Amino acid sequence: MSAAEQTIEKLISQEYKQGFVTDLESDTLPPGLNEEVIRIISAKKDEPEWMLQWRLEAYRHWLTMTEPRWAYVDYPPIAYDAISYYSAPKAKEGPKKLNEVDPKLLETYNKLGIPLYEQERLAGVAVDAVFDSVSVATTFKDKLAEAGVIFCSMSEAIRHHPELVRQYLGSVVPAGDNFFAALNSAVFSDGSFVYIPKGVRCPMELSTYFRINAAKTGQFERTLIIAEERSYVSYLEGCTAPMRDENQLHAAVVELVALEGAQIKYSTVQNWYPGDEDGRGGIYNFVTKRGDCRGAHSKISWTQVETGSAITWKYPSCLLRGDHSIGEFYSVALTNHRQQADTGTKMIHIGKNTKSTIISKGISAGRANNSYRGLVKVLKSAENARNHTQCDSLLIGDRCGAHTFPYIEVKQASARIEHEATTSKIGEDQLFFCRQRGLSAEDAVSMIVNGFCKEVFKELPMEFAVEAQALLGISLEGSVG
Amino acid sequence: MLKIENLHVRVEDKPILKGISLTIRPGEVHAIMGPNGSGKSTLSNVLAGRDGYEISAGSVTYQGRNLLEMAPEERAREGVFLAFQYPVEIPGVSNIYLLKAALNAVRKHRGLHELDAIDFLKMIKDKVKLVEMNEQFLYRAVNEGFSGGEKKRNEILQMAVLEPRLCILDETDSGLDIDALKIVSDGVNSLRCEERSFILITHYQRLLDYIKPDFVHVLAQGRIVKSGDADLALELEDKGYGWIDQQLGAVA
Ligand SMILES: Nc1ncnc2c1ncn2[C@@H]1O[C@H](COP(=O)(O)OP(=O)(O)OP(=O)(O)O)[C@@H](O)[C@H]1O
Ligand SMILES: [Mg+2]
Repeated sequence: MSAAEQTIEKLISQEYKQGFVTDLESDTLPPGLNEEVIRIISAKKDEPEWMLQWRLEAYRHWLTMTEPRWAYVDYPPIAYDAISYYSAPKAKEGPKKLNEVDPKLLETYNKLGIPLYEQERLAGVAVDAVFDSVSVATTFKDKLAEAGVIFCSMSEAIRHHPELVRQYLGSVVPAGDNFFAALNSAVFSDGSFVYIPKGVRCPMELSTYFRINAAKTGQFERTLIIAEERSYVSYLEGCTAPMRDENQLHAAVVELVALEGAQIKYSTVQNWYPGDEDGRGGIYNFVTKRGDCRGAHSKISWTQVETGSAITWKYPSCLLRGDHSIGEFYSVALTNHRQQADTGTKMIHIGKNTKSTIISKGISAGRANNSYRGLVKVLKSAENARNHTQCDSLLIGDRCGAHTFPYIEVKQASARIEHEATTSKIGEDQLFFCRQRGLSAEDAVSMIVNGFCKEVFKELPMEFAVEAQALLGISLEGSVG
Repeated sequence: MLKIENLHVRVEDKPILKGISLTIRPGEVHAIMGPNGSGKSTLSNVLAGRDGYEISAGSVTYQGRNLLEMAPEERAREGVFLAFQYPVEIPGVSNIYLLKAALNAVRKHRGLHELDAIDFLKMIKDKVKLVEMNEQFLYRAVNEGFSGGEKKRNEILQMAVLEPRLCILDETDSGLDIDALKIVSDGVNSLRCEERSFILITHYQRLLDYIKPDFVHVLAQGRIVKSGDADLALELEDKGYGWIDQQLGAVA
């Protein structure tokens, strides 16, 4: 192995810092899935009958489906009966205020670098923290309520805003959309719900932190964001999990609805436990994320930095229904050791003058496989649709792989589609050049990787950009002068 | 400052340098000329510490220390600078960022405080003027989309910023138009001082018209086959390397 590769391996193979387990008493269902389990989940959450029926329908549909195998990833069959579908930290009663939350939990969040109190005071970021399956605390509720913004856990939304949930849940990702989405629809236990009223610019960044703590549980969160006409919201999502030998399933569904003139910016820093060097353990991250630009001039941006998970299967997509609507996808996916990622996006152009931008940066090291899979589809109705796609891969060492699967389907002659792809290696030349100028090998690699990801990092909200940098083991390229 | 003694270097078992000896004192300018493939870049890479070269014999002492034991970044921080024959591109990393990071790494090593943004910017603007570059180049990615001549000028800018002790210029004049050659030479001349030494690798006398060397060496087939003063370069320009071969033939 060359000096460059060694340096890079050292950098990317830093210990997984979030791998601790919190010792909490929890209320966990025994493994297994059947209608009874779904009834129990629904009952635990005090759900209305329609919600239970919706879940059961999804479950029955799921039973008829088979797991998709088209992704460029390889894993043994998942034993769905060996997974527990509900685990919640035990509390006498649901916490009503932050000071009623189990101190151990709060400590965990502090360890993860998201001090809820701190954030409450300083950052102006409202946090909804989902621990295993239930939403633990939502900060900043009052200030948001003043603006008319609803930001709460999905379970709460089902109880307090049933009309909104009923109207929008499954309207972007139908219960039977795909195998994992159907499973999620049947058993989702919590997640975040956001509603921004007409003309409101959400007064702060909203943020959710997902954490899988208990062993042998799956996490199936469900997020729904509704942005009414001319509203704006920026939403951040972070994820971590303890280190465990067995694989754990994470199958989330995220639905975004942007009405006329609304903008939703959705950013993710995903750092689920990736498994060890030999590929033992780690999270299977099979996620369905889709945004619906329902109104004219609406805009949805997905920005993701994916460094964790043993397997990532994830295609945040945009349905560009409204005329002049805009979809964006900015992604950095880093895989190392035996990690596998098959990720990308779908941009479906339906309305006139719709525009989409895709910028994907894949970094692959060790024996990892990193695939970009993207679909740009222009329907007959989408006159003057435009897409620009740029897919860059950076290889580190020669045992890893980068693959690009761009699919383009155009039914409208006026469409303009551009696709650029590059593959490069961190060169000995680049590294030597930097060292010749006095930089250490570590700093040089950081700088090069950071430069490679720059177009994506600049899309992240500031505090997340810093976190993303830290995750890649690199320091942010500060703007000079 | 630099003492190379009987240096033998192999690449993939192939001997490239076959016994180079060269002494450079502070303030001196040495020009190295010689046919393509004679080992000039190999010598500069070995001095800068690039991987992939096997030192099969000999030694290199730099400011009293064994240079060959030092990591490339340590050599750089101790003042060894190589202006590359083929400067690399680093997409996404701005020139100014690289310069600041490099300068601060060097300063830290020398026990100086890091420059803050304001001082740095002031300093860098002076240096940019020295090589008559447009300031916009500072904000572009390192060498990305630069013309051949612009890349070379950028190397000199880096040299001016880092203020090294030993400057090795590997064919920095190649690919420069007349004006750029003058600018680069003026830049080098303005950096000439009693403590700073230069190794100029070049194929052309015209560089040496602008930067007058104290010594000229001819490298052929991995050996320094002839050394002289500035006039040797003129003679070479006149008679070509064949003239040296003949002389060598006569000796052999
Ligand atoms: N990595 C390598 N692998 C194999 N051969 C090499 C390698 N590096 C250098 N060489 C060989 O060593 C010899 C000297 O090369 P070098 O680049 O030092 O020549 P040079 O004097 O700088 O030539 P030029 O004037 O063309 O720049 C050449 O024959 C070259 O092919
Ligand atoms: Mg050369």
